[in-house]
Amino acid sequence: MTITLPGTRTTDVRPVTARGGRPRRGRGTRSGKAGPVTYTLLTLTALVSIFPLYWTVVAGSHTNAELAATPPPFLPSASLFDNFAAALEQAPIGKAILNSVLVSGAITVGTVLFCTLAGFAFAKLQFRGRGVLLALVIGTMMVPTQLSVIPLFMMIADLQWVNQLQAVILPTLVSAFGVFFMRQYLISALPNELLEAGRVDGASTFRIFWSIVVPVARPAMAVLAMLTFLTAWNEFFWPLIALTTANPTVQVALAGLGSGYVPQQSVIMAGTLLGTLPVLVVFTILGKQIVGGIMQGAVKG
Amino acid sequence: MTIASQSPTQALVAAPAPATPPAQRPPARRRRRLSQNRWGYAYVAPFFLVFGAFSLYPFLYTAWVSLHRTSLSNIDGGTWVGLENYRNLLQSEFFWNAARNTLTIGILATVPQLCMAVGLAHLLNYKLRGRTFFRTVMLMPYATSIAAATLVFAQLFGRDYGLINTALEAVGLERIDWESGTWSSQFAIAVIVTWRWTGYNALIYLAAMQSIPGELYEAAEIDGASRWKQFLHVTVPSLRPTILFTIVVSTIGAVQLFGEPLLFAGNGTTSGGSSGQYQTLGLLMYQQGWSNFHIGQAATTAWAMFMIILLVVGLNAVIGRLRARADR
Repeated sequence: MTITLPGTRTTDVRPVTARGGRPRRGRGTRSGKAGPVTYTLLTLTALVSIFPLYWTVVAGSHTNAELAATPPPFLPSASLFDNFAAALEQAPIGKAILNSVLVSGAITVGTVLFCTLAGFAFAKLQFRGRGVLLALVIGTMMVPTQLSVIPLFMMIADLQWVNQLQAVILPTLVSAFGVFFMRQYLISALPNELLEAGRVDGASTFRIFWSIVVPVARPAMAVLAMLTFLTAWNEFFWPLIALTTANPTVQVALAGLGSGYVPQQSVIMAGTLLGTLPVLVVFTILGKQIVGGIMQGAVKG
Repeated sequence: MTIASQSPTQALVAAPAPATPPAQRPPARRRRRLSQNRWGYAYVAPFFLVFGAFSLYPFLYTAWVSLHRTSLSNIDGGTWVGLENYRNLLQSEFFWNAARNTLTIGILATVPQLCMAVGLAHLLNYKLRGRTFFRTVMLMPYATSIAAATLVFAQLFGRDYGLINTALEAVGLERIDWESGTWSSQFAIAVIVTWRWTGYNALIYLAAMQSIPGELYEAAEIDGASRWKQFLHVTVPSLRPTILFTIVVSTIGAVQLFGEPLLFAGNGTTSGGSSGQYQTLGLLMYQQGWSNFHIGQAATTAWAMFMIILLVVGLNAVIGRLRARADR
């Protein structure tokens, strides 16, 4: 993947906006209508997808003994709210949610801005070394997080940043996927004539970016923002090393919850639910767009 | 990436040359080139500054650290030991245990997952009522964090209070101590990974399926191919680049597997079970560095992981090329 790609200077992928324009049927789906077997299998899959999340609610509102009964309880109870309160008291979930909002928000703003800038340059500007630099960007997708964690930890220890939020924001501020995603979008969505027109009008490069590139890029920026926020919220390895439960993100707090200092399983489950709820709410509202974004990313990225 | 990259030469031939201004205005062209030049670097600079400081430099520095005996309490004052860390690693039973576990969990977690994802994508590709609903619901596990998913599944797989054991008992089977067995714990961890990623990969495959030209199916139909034959001989070959891509991505993920085995025990230990039955390379690295404070040894394990990834990606590229050549 990484080896062949740099040769691809221009690809034939269409911008998102053009998608609706092409005939949907007759492409791939000649398979006709779904039968009852298909619906049954899909419904089963949907149930399996949702059940563990639902079980968090059930397990969060019952004691271990109640859960072990036969038949086990399948409905939540009012003690869920007591367990919420206990979880908030025993683990820094409240602070963790606030921290995660700050961290994920900052990472999202930075990533979308920097990736749009770089994606635009790789898509539309000619400069020496462009191919090599793009290959470098794509190559980084292969490097495991673990490979940079040790020097990063040394760095933040030197800077006295352990347990501070900038330690988890700064290293995650860019994403190679984001650059590639924005590049692929802008190659086809941004007509060269528009840029030419801007230049003829004497607009500065910065103005061209702000008033021509950004408006065109907005749909892709929104998709990238959603995906980045989700990834940043769920980031586990590096925050676990850089932060402690004294100043955690949600994932660090959950790891603490799971490490045995809270004895009550129901409280752990209630805490897990609290830490997951914000994402689930966002997902319920924007799910359709996120699905669309991932499918576009699959074709483009 | 997958689709774009499958035939770089074709893309190059097909694509019109990037907007070069007409040749009869050389001075204008020259001026524009120059200005574009300078600004191009300015636009990519923020990315490369952050990338250089927080990815490239640490990446290379890890190699340097791996050649030292360095402890977490004295991270800047390591002693040069050459390749000793690597020698120790290759002689360490913990390393081989973790490597073996990573491999078996990796196979258990990716092979069924990707097969199911292809099947699911096929189902989602029918004309469906509630299409958006099914797609969105299948992506919900992906939106759930590793930590949250593992905590819930640790509860579900619990020995005494877990729902799965309750269900096993209800149908007359024996309770299983999932966490303490080698295969049972690795299976449970693979289930968590599979649960989180199947829907996501199904959507990737679905996107690729929708870009298969309909003519291919029409031709197959004229040849009298059954639906199953069409799936086998049209859909799957067309998906090959995407499948290769997801294999690479899943493998990279599997080599780094960390959060699930860390949290599955429920007591925060880094040993991966009482006899290390589900300790992975990622977990071993964390244990070496942050439980045993041997940063140099941890860096060595990190590099070993990178080598494994390079090997897998390289193998995939070779297989992809050979297959593409065979098709021609």
